[in-house]
Amino acid sequence: MKNIWPILIVDDEEVMCESMAAWLREDGYRVDTAPNGRAALELARSTDYAIYFVDLKMPGMDGIETMMEIRKIRPDASIIIMTAYATVDTAILAMKEGAQEYIVKPCNPQEISILVARILKVKKLQRENAILRKKLTRHYHYRDVITKNRAMEDILTLAREVSSLRSTVLIRGESGTGKELIARAIHYSGDRASKPFVTVSCAALTETLLESELFGYEKGAFTGAGQQTRGKFELADSGTILLDEIGDISPKLQADLLRVLQERCFYRVGGSEEVRVDSRVIAATNRDLAEAVRQGRFRDDLYYRLNVIEIRIPPLRERREDIPMLAAHFMEKLSHELGREVTGIADDALRVLMDYDWPGNVRELENAIERALVTCRARQLTDADFTWLTRAAGAPRQWSVPGDVPLSELERRAIIATLERTKGNVKEAAASLGVDRSTLYDKLKRYEIPR
Amino acid sequence: MNELYVQPVGIVGEQAIAWAEAVAGEWFPFPVRRLPPLEVPPGSYDPARRQHQSVAIMKALARDVPPGAARVLGLTEFDLSIPLLTFLFGQAQLDGPVALVSLCRLRQEFYRLPPDPGLLRERLAKEMLHELGHTFGLTHCPSAECAMSLSTHIEMVDTKRAAWCHACGSRLARRFAPLRGGQA
Repeated sequence: MKNIWPILIVDDEEVMCESMAAWLREDGYRVDTAPNGRAALELARSTDYAIYFVDLKMPGMDGIETMMEIRKIRPDASIIIMTAYATVDTAILAMKEGAQEYIVKPCNPQEISILVARILKVKKLQRENAILRKKLTRHYHYRDVITKNRAMEDILTLAREVSSLRSTVLIRGESGTGKELIARAIHYSGDRASKPFVTVSCAALTETLLESELFGYEKGAFTGAGQQTRGKFELADSGTILLDEIGDISPKLQADLLRVLQERCFYRVGGSEEVRVDSRVIAATNRDLAEAVRQGRFRDDLYYRLNVIEIRIPPLRERREDIPMLAAHFMEKLSHELGREVTGIADDALRVLMDYDWPGNVRELENAIERALVTCRARQLTDADFTWLTRAAGAPRQWSVPGDVPLSELERRAIIATLERTKGNVKEAAASLGVDRSTLYDKLKRYEIPR
Repeated sequence: MNELYVQPVGIVGEQAIAWAEAVAGEWFPFPVRRLPPLEVPPGSYDPARRQHQSVAIMKALARDVPPGAARVLGLTEFDLSIPLLTFLFGQAQLDGPVALVSLCRLRQEFYRLPPDPGLLRERLAKEMLHELGHTFGLTHCPSAECAMSLSTHIEMVDTKRAAWCHACGSRLARRFAPLRGGQA
């Protein structure tokens, strides 16, 4: 993973920069050079270098001044001051101003090699620590959302604006698009950041279990209710509750939830005492709730309560420009976790990733990188590490018929899907469905499908 | 076309040049040719350090690379250094046409020990595989036994084998293939 640790050499002597850069490149590092302090600062602004080798004596801005300016941009920079004219005073000054090391030219190759390895070992541990800490606490912020997609940037702007409000947010997006990540970013960037963030997966539990999970229960409320237990709404008091897969909850719970959203209070299961809470609600779903409302499967009043601020996260296939950055991020994160020395992703592999449709979105991309890292035998991921992906993409998709659905409903859904595809063009939809236009009009009327 | 050239820099004994040619012929799939000795670039000698600056020699070698050459290996008796480091066993252009190996610190005599031609030949082979490996894009290998592992003192040169590890060997084989086909 050496090329993820770029090094900058700052020296006015061209031969010094050139020879040292060549020596470090042989070791696999990405090395840049700068002939003076000003050029070094320009480079430091755009690249977060792991190590800076800075010559002490340079015309104009000297090494100490350069170091101090770099530290203003990059407070955690590891800076090594180099000099051919060592004095105790300059060494003390350099160290006092924050140099990590002070070396006298020329050095023994072993000395430099050990020095670089030692600094990078600490950097690697720091980065691992940050990754693990994030994994453990899951305190995500907007900067953790990797994107240069316009729609995603608009989402982040909106999320930032609403983070300190109490308004309910509805996050829509396909599975694996990062709905929970956005919810966490909203919570940890707002006024409630120091308060609890509680997640409930509404699809994973039966109605009764979900009810006691959300609202808690009193002792003796049901068999096994040995003591009074607080529900997730209470645990999220003053904080945020994320109701994941909200589209899957039963009509009874929809009514209970509506009451919580309206009144900010509820009863524990088996309880008669009203419990008041101040939890901000973020709901997430991969379903079309508006459609569910139209079909009468989701209460419209609850939908409007939830849908105060709507965020729709685009699927990965609509933000393909983010794939290289996301792939590089996952490769770095996972190679740390898996202990694999993989240095990059080859262009041919990136092409495969860019061409794939990612029905499982960002989560699927992360899993694909993990699988490729596990099986990769070289130092770079190549297209050969993703052959299973291209095979999967080439395989014909199985069309499955949902269970317990009447034939008329299937027909209705087929008509709606076809009209969506033809953007409401009935003639085209009729041709596509293999029926006359008049037949299609009859069916639109019968199924009350708006055009 | 696609020859690997061995070029003495300064005065180099015939025995050492013949060894270098034999190693090149054994490990690299190119016809091996010898170039006339390179004139020592003026100013490459640093009297204060009593060493030759390898950057100046590398530049001179790069200037005279014959057209169509696969690679050029400079071989010298000079003790080499760069401004930052006290010495170098050799230097190479990463993914470039030129490499340079110094015999100076490979000789037992440098460490005030009796000459050992067998050991010198072996060390030369390791350093040639290492520096020429760089010219085919290989960076340092974490395996201490591989010729591509970094050696910062002579004991480390003696620890590694005069051969590439499987991973480095495979990468080189992929790099050699198009060159052998004359597409370089």
